[in-house]
Amino acid sequence: MKVRLLLAGLALACAVPVLHAQTPEEKGLEIAREADRRGAGFGDFQADMRMVLITGRGDTSERELRVSTLEGTGEEGDKSLTIFDTPRDVRGTALLTYSYKTRDDDQWLYLPALRRVKTIASRNKSGPFMGSEFSFEDMRGQEVEKYTYKYLRDEACGELTCFVMERYPTDENSGYTKQVAWIDQQEYRTWKVDYYDRKESLLKTLTMSDFAQYQDRFWQPGKMAMVNHQTGKATDLFWSNYRYDTGLTEADFNQNSLKRAR
Amino acid sequence: MVWRHSLAALLVLPSLAVAWEFRGEAGLEGRYFTQSSPYEAADYSTNGSLYLKGEVFHEWNNRDDLFTFIPYLRVDENDSERTHADIRELSWIHVGRGWESRVGIRKVFWGVTEGRHLVDIINQTDLVDQVDGEEKLGQPMLNLSTVRDWGILDLFLLPGFRERTYAGEEGRPRTPLPVSDQARYESGAEDKRVDVALRYQQYFNNGLELALSHFSGTSREPLLLPEALSPQQLQALLLTGSLPAGSDPQLVPLYNVIDQTGLELQYLNNGWLWKLEAITRSGQGDRFTALDGGFEYTQVGVFDGPADLGWLLEYLWEDRDEALASPFQDDVLLATRFTFNDVASTEILAGVIYDLENDEKAINLESSRRFGNNLKASLEARFYTDTGKPLTASELYLSALQGRAENPGLSPVSRSDFIQAEVVYYF
Repeated sequence: MKVRLLLAGLALACAVPVLHAQTPEEKGLEIAREADRRGAGFGDFQADMRMVLITGRGDTSERELRVSTLEGTGEEGDKSLTIFDTPRDVRGTALLTYSYKTRDDDQWLYLPALRRVKTIASRNKSGPFMGSEFSFEDMRGQEVEKYTYKYLRDEACGELTCFVMERYPTDENSGYTKQVAWIDQQEYRTWKVDYYDRKESLLKTLTMSDFAQYQDRFWQPGKMAMVNHQTGKATDLFWSNYRYDTGLTEADFNQNSLKRAR
Repeated sequence: MVWRHSLAALLVLPSLAVAWEFRGEAGLEGRYFTQSSPYEAADYSTNGSLYLKGEVFHEWNNRDDLFTFIPYLRVDENDSERTHADIRELSWIHVGRGWESRVGIRKVFWGVTEGRHLVDIINQTDLVDQVDGEEKLGQPMLNLSTVRDWGILDLFLLPGFRERTYAGEEGRPRTPLPVSDQARYESGAEDKRVDVALRYQQYFNNGLELALSHFSGTSREPLLLPEALSPQQLQALLLTGSLPAGSDPQLVPLYNVIDQTGLELQYLNNGWLWKLEAITRSGQGDRFTALDGGFEYTQVGVFDGPADLGWLLEYLWEDRDEALASPFQDDVLLATRFTFNDVASTEILAGVIYDLENDEKAINLESSRRFGNNLKASLEARFYTDTGKPLTASELYLSALQGRAENPGLSPVSRSDFIQAEVVYYF
């Protein structure tokens, strides 16, 4: 066994120099895969989110929500349940999402006043989430398959060194033509993303900070700040109360549990 | 020992306080009627109304047990029938492995379409509260639900029946004759009959959703029969063509025992959401079929901005006996919703239900937005155009005597057009 491993290692070591130099596209994909690998295996987590919407004049309004996520296995994507606490008129509204790697998500919205579950029909990816500067597309999981990639350069980001790479959404309904991401080489955390709209001009910049590590493995930002360069509006997301291994199962992500989500 | 106990109690207290949750909402509504009422007792042009809804939640056993209590009260300026209280919910849910039980007074919604909620039958409609029929009275029930790979199955035992609420003589809009509170029942058990229902639903991950349901019990929708006249009243009506002064006939609700099977279908493809609801009902006149089917489509990011424009088109049909049919025998619903996707969640909705046979139109305009964190305001208008004239009591009896089985369509609510402003405070 050991011998075979060693042999394989030797074979690899020999093979590498022979291989043609990695293209920027290949390197970009490799970085995305590594970042994905480091985020995988979380099982389930729950967290609270506070959203602060800031107008161009500096007026603010807030939304509070709670998120539960169950990691998908195989071809199935993650399942998540989002419950709204404020503003008060949407309190108790809950959103159930089944995400898929290669096709549109299935989403259901529970409206507590009507006791009604509605299927969300719109392919509203580029539309704002809760009136914020985050679109539905920004709020969802960043599966590797959702983009093609191109590595640009290494660049210092704070005390770290970042990979800078472009990614291009594969979904034709995406609101973006291009994103430029800064990912640190040490832990593969995303620190900054520039978003380019369909006219290929700079639309928004997302900056992440206050990272904390959970389960000795998973890094999560405490703050995500999105600035819209075209409107001057901004939205800050504050994450708190991150909990892993909370015992969530498939049974917490069906229409029955959606109807009693509180 | 004692101090340790009280310390433990202190530690436990905050978590108890968290587990009980009290909240609610209060709404103030003003209506302006744009026409004079055909009914003398209801001839006013403005009306004010107020509602209060409390909500108490408690959960324990790691959220496997949930208690909910929702009392409701509405006070109306003119209509004493609209001033009413109800327990919307008083229930206990217990969650087991793969199943859950829901016991008590609850509200359950079935359906996918917007034009008519044909399949939705568990709860009685609180019609006096909202003319759109979306408000429901709490229904006592024992509901077992199980989630399996093959779908979700719900079984219902429904002890106790709630009568439909109707506007009183001073209500706007109202029925041509006031509705009597002496309801008649087909079942000997009257409103104590235990009804049963079941529903099976499944979601297929190719965008198809399906539900089949069956209800056997007292119809939530009554037949409204003009009450019998006295010999003197009848004589006067036949001789003079009108009822004698001072006669105050009413409509008597008759609740038959029915069997109703319902189908809900939904198919999502490329942003187009196709919907169908169909029912077949026996036990109330001849067996009949009714359906409502159509689609919903949303254009996102219209006018190069964040706003969405949604479209809804449905066709409504039924083959019920002419005299018993709803006003929606051969109708089209067209509606559009403009969602601003702004901080205030501003929305504008416009819809029309157009009767293809007699050109009647029920038009509905709604807009709403939030102010701050706790306040929501809405403006609404309802217009009924090209409708027949509402029948007077004498005309109603004469046509019944002559055996003319005419469908009144929307004529009972004609001249009830109104504009409404409402402010709701959430606490």
